Amino acid sequence: MSNDNYDAHSQQPTQAVGGTKSEPYLIGDAMSGGYGQGPDILHDCTIAVNEGEIAVIVGPNGAGKSTAMKAVFGMLNVRKGAVRLDGEDITALTPQARVAKGMAFVPQTSNIFTSMSVEENLEMGGFLRRDDLQGTIEQIYDLFPILKEKRNQAAGELSGGQRQQVAVGRALMTQPKVLMLDEPTAGVSPIVMDELFDRIIEVARTGISILMVEQNARQALEIADKGYVLVQGANRFTDTGQALLNDPDVRKSFLGG
Amino acid sequence: MDFLNAIVALANFVIVPGMAYGAQLALGALGVTLIYGILRFSNFAHGDTMAIGTMFVILITWGFQSAGITFGPLPTALLALPFGIALTGLLLIGTDKVVYQFYRQKKVKPVVMVMVSLGVMFIMNGLTRFIIGPGDQRFVDGERFLISAREFKAMTGLKEGLAIKTSQGLTVVTAVIVVAILFWFLNRTRTGKSMRAYSDNEDLALLSGINPERVVLYTWLIVAALATVAGTLYGLDKSFKPFTYFQLLLPIFAAAIVGGLGNPLGAIAGGFVIAFSEVTITYAFKKVANYLLPEALAPDGLAQLMSTDYKFAVSFSILIIVLLFKPTGLFKGQSV
Repeated sequence: MSNDNYDAHSQQPTQAVGGTKSEPYLIGDAMSGGYGQGPDILHDCTIAVNEGEIAVIVGPNGAGKSTAMKAVFGMLNVRKGAVRLDGEDITALTPQARVAKGMAFVPQTSNIFTSMSVEENLEMGGFLRRDDLQGTIEQIYDLFPILKEKRNQAAGELSGGQRQQVAVGRALMTQPKVLMLDEPTAGVSPIVMDELFDRIIEVARTGISILMVEQNARQALEIADKGYVLVQGANRFTDTGQALLNDPDVRKSFLGG
Repeated sequence: MDFLNAIVALANFVIVPGMAYGAQLALGALGVTLIYGILRFSNFAHGDTMAIGTMFVILITWGFQSAGITFGPLPTALLALPFGIALTGLLLIGTDKVVYQFYRQKKVKPVVMVMVSLGVMFIMNGLTRFIIGPGDQRFVDGERFLISAREFKAMTGLKEGLAIKTSQGLTVVTAVIVVAILFWFLNRTRTGKSMRAYSDNEDLALLSGINPERVVLYTWLIVAALATVAGTLYGLDKSFKPFTYFQLLLPIFAAAIVGGLGNPLGAIAGGFVIAFSEVTITYAFKKVANYLLPEALAPDGLAQLMSTDYKFAVSFSILIIVLLFKPTGLFKGQSV
C-alpha cells in the first residue's frame, strides 16, 4: 500500500507520546456551550486526541457525547474554552474551514450521498482537492475491499455496514489528520461492528488521529488509547482505555459490572 | 391497405404531434425538476421564464431577419437561440441575486419560496407583455415541412398523408441533443456531480467543501438554457403567445411530478406520458376506426373521448391520480 502521504505523520506520534509536546494534537479545552441561543449542554468539558491515537467518548444516553464532538468540529457555540489544532486556536472557524485544516467528520446519520455511486461518493469527499484523486481512492479500496467491488452501485443500496464504510471512505478523501466518527457502529450487527473497529484501528495506524463517540462502550474502550466518560456534559472519568475498563467505578456505573 | 392507412392517420395526428409536444414538455419539466431538486422549491415562474426567453429569441430573430441573415431551410430562431439563452441566463441570475438569494439566506420554508416565485412569475409575465405585447407573434421562417402530406401520398400511394413539420423534427432532434448534454454534464463532470451531491444531501455537501452559491449559479444557467430551448421549440411548433406559456405551467408541473420531482429521467418520461395522454384523449378516432372496423361497426360520432378544450383537465387528472397513489412519481423522486 502506498502510504507516502501518511508516513510523515506516522513517525511523529512516538515523539508526541514521548512527551516532547506538552499539548495533544487536537484539544477541545474546557469547553462550555450549547446549540444556538439555548442553554449550555457542555460544562468545562475537555476532549483531546494525540497524533495517531484513538480517543473514545463514552457515557450514558444524553450525556452530551455527540455534542462534545460537534463542539470540537465547530457545529455549536463554544461560549467558554477553546479548540486548538496543532497548537493553533480554531475556535472561531466554521466546520468547512476546519475540513480545509485537516479535520474530517462522519455524522451519525445521512452521512453518504445515497443516490450517487460509491466511487462518486469518494470523489465528492475529495471535492476540495484539485490534484488527482485516483491514488487516494485506491488506498480506500485497499482499506475497504468491498467498496471496490461495489464501486458503481448506488451507495443507498448498500447494507448498513457497507454504508458506514462509504461514509468513512468519503471523509478520508481529504487526507485528513484527524478523523471524527459519531457512533460509527450504530445499527450494525456485532460481526460488522468488530470489522469496522478493525478498520478504524488500521486507519489510526496510518498516522491519522481518531476521535470517536460510541454506544458500545466496552468494545470501544478496548481499542482506545484514551477514553473519556462524560456525564451531563462534564468529564467524569478520563484515563487510558485499559485503565477505564479496569476501574471498578466505571465498570459498575457504565459497563454493567 | 386499410390497416396501413389507419397507422399513417394515427402517426399523422397522434404520434408525430405527441412526440414533439412530449419533447417540449420534457425540456420544460427538466427545468422544474432541477430547481426542485437543487434549490428545493417549485418554481411557478417557469412558464413565464420560457415566455421571456422565447421573447428574447424572437426579438433577436427579427433583428437577424431584417438584417437579411437567415439559416437556409432551418428557422433563423435557431441562430438566435444562443443569444436568447445568454440573456435569459443573465436575467435569472439577476433575479436570484435580487430576490431568491435574500430568502435562501434567511432559510425560509419551501412554501415561502413558492410564493416568492409566484411574484416573480407575475413580474416576468408583465414584462413579456409590456415588451412584445399580449398577442400572437410569428417568427417562423425556413422550410415548413420535412415531408408534406401530398409528397407522402405521392411517395407511398396511400390515401392518408403523413406530414412532418420542420419544427416537429427539429424539436425532437434538439431535445435529444440537449438531454444528452445535460446528462453528460450531471453524470460525468465535477461540477455536475457536485450539483447532484448538493441535491442529494445538502449538509454533507457542505462538509465536503461544495460551495452552495456556485451550485445555485450553475443551476440557474442550465435552467435558463432548458427554458429558452423549450419555449422556442414550442413557439416554432405552435405559436408564441405569452398567455399560452403561462398555461403551459400545468402540464409541465404534471410531467415533473408524474415522473418524480427531482429526477431528471422521470421528467422526460413524465413529459411524454402527459403529452400522449392529452393528444390521445382529445383526438377524434373516427378516421382510424373507419379504416380498421367493418362498415357496420364504424362509429357514428367522432369517437373523441374529450373535446380539445379539456386538454388541461387531462394533465390535472393524471396529476391527481399520481399524487393519490404514487406521490413519489413513476421514477423515484421526492414526494411533494
